[in-house]
Amino acid sequence: MEITAIFQIAGVGIIIAIMHTVLKQMGKEDIAHWITLLGFVIGIFMVIDVIAQLFQEIKSIFLFQ
Amino acid sequence: MEIIQIVGIGIIAALLVIIVREQKPQFAFLITLFTGVFLFLLVIGKIGAVIEVINELANRSGIPDVYLKTILKIIGIAYVAEFGAQMVRDAGQESIASKIEFAGKIFILVLAIPIINVIIETLLSLLPLGSS
Repeated sequence: MEITAIFQIAGVGIIIAIMHTVLKQMGKEDIAHWITLLGFVIGIFMVIDVIAQLFQEIKSIFLFQ
Repeated sequence: MEIIQIVGIGIIAALLVIIVREQKPQFAFLITLFTGVFLFLLVIGKIGAVIEVINELANRSGIPDVYLKTILKIIGIAYVAEFGAQMVRDAGQESIASKIEFAGKIFILVLAIPIINVIIETLLSLLPLGSS
């Protein structure tokens, strides 16, 4: 849980965008879309930990559980 | 001076969102989501300390525990609903966001009903007409 995760997500996004462009230039549109989906899933896994932590904190502070 | 940290994180995240959104809007949304959660996690410890003090004050003044718990639950529900609605609104789904807010209001109303009940009973017992 650090600030670097923001840069990681942004980096994944930029790299995926570059790969998407390159693959599109090569004419492999479908692979490019799968790459995008994969990168998005990786990003979601990064974010979901933090969201779980947030909900846990809210539960323990506001809802007494 | 944590506020400087928070402002810095916010500005950097906004910059990254602008850069990434050109190519991949999905990742821009992920960065927004992450930043929102991160900023809240930075301050939630302090909220916890404040609530502890309020809890102790309420205990000392003899207010029934149920009232404070209900109020804190309402605050929690309001925050979660607001957060979710804003995130969904950022993703461009205005209608889902308004449904989330609606659900939050309903849950708050459900939690508030016992308190309203107590108030009305107190009022009725104060009224001379109520007993007859």
